[in-house]
Amino acid sequence: MPAESVEGLLRRLAPEVLGVLLRRHSQFDACEDAVQEALLAAALQWPSEGVPEHPRAWLITVASRRLSDAWRAEHARRDRENADFAALPASELRAPAPADELPSADDTLSLLFLCCHPSLSPSSQLALTLRAVGGLTTPEIARAFLVPEATMGQRISRAKATIKDAGGTFSMPPDAERDARLKVVLHVLYVIFNEGYTATSGPSLQRRDLATEAIRLTRLVHRLLPADGEVAGLLALMLLTEARHAARTGPDGSLIPLAEQDRSLWHDDLIREGTELIAATLPRARLGPYQLQAAIAAVHAEAASPEQTDWPQVLALYELHERVAPNPMATLNRAVALAMVHGPHSGLDLLATLDDEERLAGHHRLTSVRAHLLELAGDTAAAREAFKLAAKQTTSVPEQRHLERRAARLSAG
Amino acid sequence: MKYMLLIYENPGTREAFFSDEKLMAEMNAYVDGLTESGEYVGGEGLADPSTARVVRIQDGVPAVTDGPFMEAKEYFGGYMIIDCDSIERATEIASLFPPSPVGGAMEIRPLMDGGGSED
Repeated sequence: MPAESVEGLLRRLAPEVLGVLLRRHSQFDACEDAVQEALLAAALQWPSEGVPEHPRAWLITVASRRLSDAWRAEHARRDRENADFAALPASELRAPAPADELPSADDTLSLLFLCCHPSLSPSSQLALTLRAVGGLTTPEIARAFLVPEATMGQRISRAKATIKDAGGTFSMPPDAERDARLKVVLHVLYVIFNEGYTATSGPSLQRRDLATEAIRLTRLVHRLLPADGEVAGLLALMLLTEARHAARTGPDGSLIPLAEQDRSLWHDDLIREGTELIAATLPRARLGPYQLQAAIAAVHAEAASPEQTDWPQVLALYELHERVAPNPMATLNRAVALAMVHGPHSGLDLLATLDDEERLAGHHRLTSVRAHLLELAGDTAAAREAFKLAAKQTTSVPEQRHLERRAARLSAG
Repeated sequence: MKYMLLIYENPGTREAFFSDEKLMAEMNAYVDGLTESGEYVGGEGLADPSTARVVRIQDGVPAVTDGPFMEAKEYFGGYMIIDCDSIERATEIASLFPPSPVGGAMEIRPLMDGGGSED
């Protein structure tokens, strides 16, 4: 195993250190600020002075000191102490960790539950999770979401204030709420992953880190809750999706759909890990949508070519998905599988039932799937119009390009 | 999701706005509120259309025309970019724009982004 980088070490320790502080002090906003400062101090000192023998204890000591500084001090005094602190050799901060400072598995989970508090808007949940649990700095998060640092800084401090006002506490939610709260946590991790996964290369490169970060955090949750089927399912889904990343964009940044991807570019290790994980999970856990999506991704990953895809199995899994967690997106995906098994007209008939669905009306996915099925059905003129309409509906540059290209291909042919 | 709020003005709106202290104070509070909520990404106001220039390439040669283009009853006067959770929230923000009562209109346009899913 390669030596862990200072950055990796800090990111791993961040939620543990915050957990220890929160168990002692419970003031989330102040503790979180103190931990960020300690992480920053470590990021500046450790690379040149070496990693202390007990890095966690070092961080806890520094963060606690920052916390009491913040409570005690006026500005002038804090500035002076900062200067004193900067002069302090790392060795003086080494202290063996007392028993109560050992991280507890529940700390990280409690922290995730707190960051994904239901009183927060989705974008605040993402930002706070990345900072408090992921150990990312505000500028890093701002860059990843392509907003100014000031905007992200405000969003994070506002989120912390909201949690405080809502009476959010650093503790595991009561059993009755636990499942619902975990669902929110998993959704936040999924959205973080997607933000990174869907980013193409070039100017959005930093966003790619979000996918890696989401996988890292989901691995962590899976380690803490190994028996939870949906956590395992989400991790497997991320691994199987990430495995296709290199194949999904062309050299010019254009999108390459699943059926046209060069499968030799798929990442075998990720596919193996994801497939094994979902295969081990399905028989023993209570079924849920992430597990089913992972299972579908595994079926696609198994096929050496698009023609070898086991569509009847994909169709069966989508049917199950709709039963377990009905939602129009699942129906939309089932329409594709249905078309592959029973012909494009069956798929189109199912799509027609979605036209009144409010969440999908005017959504480019509905239109582009219809366009694709119309093309399969040989209705070139209608397919072309539908691709053009879908291109107008999307807000994604690579998607728009892809849809315009498919429309043009039909005009030429 | 990021949205651009395009601010359309007509010849009288800015005059009416700048002569109304209360409205200007409301406008400051409005931007402060969006900044505090972490939704404000940026924005600028444009100078009068009479200061504009238009460039068109004709037969491979840029043809430059001066403003003003006074026939327009409404013209583009400035923009704000916000980053919020839904089109409903963006609509709410647009409808609270303080200068609206003195005239003009707001257009909400989602920004294109570089991401995209292949499925």
